[in-house]
Amino acid sequence: MSLRNNRGVALASTAALLLLAGISLAFFWVPDDVDQGFSQRIFYIHVPVALTAYACFGWGAWKALRLLWTGEVRYDLESYTAVHMGVIFGILTLVTGSIWARISWGVWWSWGERQLVLFLVLFLFYSAYFMLRYSTEPGPRRERMSAVYALFGVVLIPVSFLAIRLAEGFIHPTVFTRDGPQMAGSMFFVFCVCFAGTLALAGALYANELLGKRVDASLRELEEARA
Amino acid sequence: MTTAEKYVTAAYLVVLAVVLLYVVIYAFKLARLEREVLRLARLAAERREAGEAPRVEPAEPVRTSI
Repeated sequence: MSLRNNRGVALASTAALLLLAGISLAFFWVPDDVDQGFSQRIFYIHVPVALTAYACFGWGAWKALRLLWTGEVRYDLESYTAVHMGVIFGILTLVTGSIWARISWGVWWSWGERQLVLFLVLFLFYSAYFMLRYSTEPGPRRERMSAVYALFGVVLIPVSFLAIRLAEGFIHPTVFTRDGPQMAGSMFFVFCVCFAGTLALAGALYANELLGKRVDASLRELEEARA
Repeated sequence: MTTAEKYVTAAYLVVLAVVLLYVVIYAFKLARLEREVLRLARLAAERREAGEAPRVEPAEPVRTSI
């Protein structure tokens, strides 16, 4: 088992550079939005963080599928770590979204919005993953149960993503349509920089967390061998 | 500073704060892992000194820095 973490170092450096550049551009370079003015700048952190949460949950489901497909135990830890990251980015999505809702709509939360409620359902579903995981004894049974649960949750991602497009009478804006991104080129560029930075951040956190969990697991094995 | 500017700044600061909180929690976890590694290394050294063959293979060097 390799415990070197060069990928984590590279991703953390990339994330720091991209996020610093992206946030600077978002605050000092892109023009104000015609409708929302300055407050639209939350878009450059809220949407990348939300998409990264989806990516983490999707990555966790992919690793869960690999576990069920191949039976290799290492995928269990990778799936668990990805879900862990997804929940962290999910919290950030909910908090930044609430702040944006407060400025734009005058409320912190709207239960009438399917997009918001479905994201909350997705977040709570994956939060319950930890309860399931820690209510079962470690071993193949827990690995399979966690994998199946992580796979089920991924179904909610396209539902959550498409909900706003299927909904009627919504107030949550739709920026990415079939005709492409509905924003100026400069705004889309800054969005891409921030999204790349957020993905790199998630990758760095994932690599470090996975390394920590692997070291932890190795130490437990050593303890058991010593006992 | 306008109300919109305050809210936007708050949103970015929340993200920063959560990432920093994560780093702090992770630092505690690393410190715990380091303590456990040191304890196991000390036990292995004591057994070597006592002439007892180690029951576990020495672990690969662990590099946990970011």
